[in-house]
Amino acid sequence: MIHCFRLKGFNIVLDVHTGGVHIVDDITYEMLENISLPLDDDCKKGVIEKLKGKYTIDELEECFDEIVELYNDGILFSEDDYEKFADYAVASPVKAMCLHIAHDCNLRCKYCFASTGDFGEGRKLMDLDIGKAAIDFLLEKSGDRKNLELDFFGGEPLMNFDVVKEIVKYARSKEKEFGKTFRFTITTNGLLLTDDKIDFINKEMSNVVLSIDGRKEVNDRMRVRVDGSGSYDSIIDKYKVLVSKRDKSKDYYVRGTYTKYNLDFSNDVIHLYECGFDQVSVEPVMGDEKESFAITEGDLDKICNEYDILVDKLTEIREKGGFCNFFHFMLDLNQGPCAIKRLRGCGSGNEYVAVTPDGDIYPCHQFVGIEKFKMGNLHNKTFNMDIKNMFAKTHIYAKDDCKDCWAKFYCSGGCNANNYLYEGDILKAHKLSCKIQRKRLECAILMNVMKELEKQS
Amino acid sequence: MKHIKTINKANLKKTAAKGGCGNCQASCQSACKTSCTVANQKCEKDA
Ligand code: SF4
Ligand code: SF4
Repeated sequence: MIHCFRLKGFNIVLDVHTGGVHIVDDITYEMLENISLPLDDDCKKGVIEKLKGKYTIDELEECFDEIVELYNDGILFSEDDYEKFADYAVASPVKAMCLHIAHDCNLRCKYCFASTGDFGEGRKLMDLDIGKAAIDFLLEKSGDRKNLELDFFGGEPLMNFDVVKEIVKYARSKEKEFGKTFRFTITTNGLLLTDDKIDFINKEMSNVVLSIDGRKEVNDRMRVRVDGSGSYDSIIDKYKVLVSKRDKSKDYYVRGTYTKYNLDFSNDVIHLYECGFDQVSVEPVMGDEKESFAITEGDLDKICNEYDILVDKLTEIREKGGFCNFFHFMLDLNQGPCAIKRLRGCGSGNEYVAVTPDGDIYPCHQFVGIEKFKMGNLHNKTFNMDIKNMFAKTHIYAKDDCKDCWAKFYCSGGCNANNYLYEGDILKAHKLSCKIQRKRLECAILMNVMKELEKQS
Repeated sequence: MKHIKTINKANLKKTAAKGGCGNCQASCQSACKTSCTVANQKCEKDA
């Protein structure tokens, strides 16, 4: 399978099953759009006949021969021989956890998927015993995996920071004995950040996600306090301090959400960059399509165009010697994750679970509160393997939309939670997300192509 | 080649045989929390 697209004057051809990326001239591009396997004499004759009014026969023959050469090298129209690996998809050790340390929040963001913090289950903080039990669970279920990931999530985790600290201490005390390393991350809205908390986060957390939507008016429209006032002014300087004190070897992201109200979100990315942040993620809102801020089918052209604009803006920054990493354009065309990893995506419900303040276990943070996906509970030590096995099999070859999608090895079958929430089935791709995903990937591939060509010249 | 320029190593198939160690990050842990993009993860297989 190949995927051809034109963007910013480049003709790009992706060979889906090897990940090969080629740039081609117009004649080759047109030829590729008009041929399919087998590349035999009939195929050659047919396409030359079709295009000979536009190009010379010599040129067309030369082109066809180059295409055949790449085909013979196995990097164009390559075969899909991955399904056999998908068949091995079995339950993996659990090695990553989203710990809902606080089902409470000091903001009332209008688009919150957690019902403004409590996930519809009542406002609650996790106590240390549950936190410790969660660590024990991870140590026990992680098999031979050495790197264990624990994300402090909410609600707002800083509302229960003493427990965060104790859990980190407890987990660290177990690392040697079990031969594991914990990687902690935290996602915060920033309101309660203090110098002490910043220092702790910078010392212990390998990644920190700082929520902010971009421009002040954009942020303050959605990210409001209980009294309706905006949060921008209270957080922006704290984020700057945190990032300025942070070791460069550790990750962070300022992370925003765009909605129907700011479909010109490239301005928000650039605003954040201009505030001094070079690791930025701004993503489409997810939630009830009936909400006034929800993104709908009719917004897609505007959104796709906005990603194109963002490419230009980021390119300009790079050409001026600056650096801004946009999360969804990150892609390493030579050394990304292995194909096996790419078959299965996020690992929700299989190698990744979420734990609530009550000790309930769910496939991931977005499934929390949906009774039929409750996998077990830490108090009574239950863990439903049927649900786990079901999630283990959510690979791209089990998803009808995905197996023939050109983006399958980058997207890996999308978000199971979105699939369920919008399409009613974890195996059914959420069309709107797919369109946005594919656009971002085209932009990401293009940016890599541009960088690579620059390097070569 | 005159008409086609290959940009990368196109080595995805090779990674299938030796891959699957499971040491890399679970993808939703990094920044998103609302979507899945796997290709921007790093491989962390022990050398
Ligand atoms: S979720 Fe959508 S974009 Fe992703 S692989 Fe499946 S069909 Fe393609
Ligand atoms: S199902 Fe969606 S929200 Fe949940 S871990 Fe996977 S990508 Fe993230």
